[in-house]
Amino acid sequence: MKFLLIDDSRTMRNIQKKVLSAIPGTEFAEANDGLEALCVIAATPGGFDLMIVDWNMPIMDGLTMVKKVRETDKKTLMIMATTEAEKSRVLDAIRAGVNNYVVKPFTPEGLLEKVNQTLAKAKAAA
Amino acid sequence: MSQNIAPPPTIDSKFILPFMNATRNVFHKMAGVATTIGKPYLKTDAANTACEVCGIIGFTGQITGSVMISFSESAAQKLVEAFAGVKLAITDPDFADAVGELANMVAGSAKKDLGALASISVPSVVIGKGYIVAMNRNVPCLVIPCSSPLGDFAVEVSIKRNPGD
Repeated sequence: MKFLLIDDSRTMRNIQKKVLSAIPGTEFAEANDGLEALCVIAATPGGFDLMIVDWNMPIMDGLTMVKKVRETDKKTLMIMATTEAEKSRVLDAIRAGVNNYVVKPFTPEGLLEKVNQTLAKAKAAA
Repeated sequence: MSQNIAPPPTIDSKFILPFMNATRNVFHKMAGVATTIGKPYLKTDAANTACEVCGIIGFTGQITGSVMISFSESAAQKLVEAFAGVKLAITDPDFADAVGELANMVAGSAKKDLGALASISVPSVVIGKGYIVAMNRNVPCLVIPCSSPLGDFAVEVSIKRNPGD
């Protein structure tokens, strides 16, 4: 399973990698901002199974990146992982096309649960 | 001749609890550390003589100003290690990244409970001895002292609600 972790904090990406390595067979790619993520996606044959996207990033924020991805890709699973917790922000992200939303700070169990929940829902819908 | 003297600026008391809760929540969930919050006080001296590391987040929108988390080098190293899961030298770029991310999460987590719309900046991190971070003179700075088993730190809140918002 190929995951793309998009966050301007390398510390946060390392934490996510460590937590999600509990899922068997995972491979990880990373990006520092939304624009870099679009480049990584374009350069990766077959794309990714799931992306975890931060909201507040320099150069291109996560919401903009999600909208751009959804212009041509309605399938790849995306989870927004962000400190933005206001209801209006969550709705903006859902309207943009994310499949799930996790608010920072999160516990390792909380993040893993959201990812597993997202994967299970997609599998059930397939 | 009488003079109109403006009253001294005061901090909105509704701002205090969100930052206390956010601090406890962030350090508990992300670093596994229980934080005890001390009695807040108004900062009167811009110099942070006891602090050698800080993460700064700016606020814009209906609330403006900045929030800073300040640590001694020793406390910062221990708390960063607990958060990042790896020991980092103070000169390692990942150390500054981790400090910035902690500040980002405290500010972001508090933001939703401030009762106003605001955006937060990407973090800035200052490392060194004897630095002075000059905040807006017209906005009081509230210091929330925090202690943990890994060391003490402070959350300094210098924000205001914009009139008419």
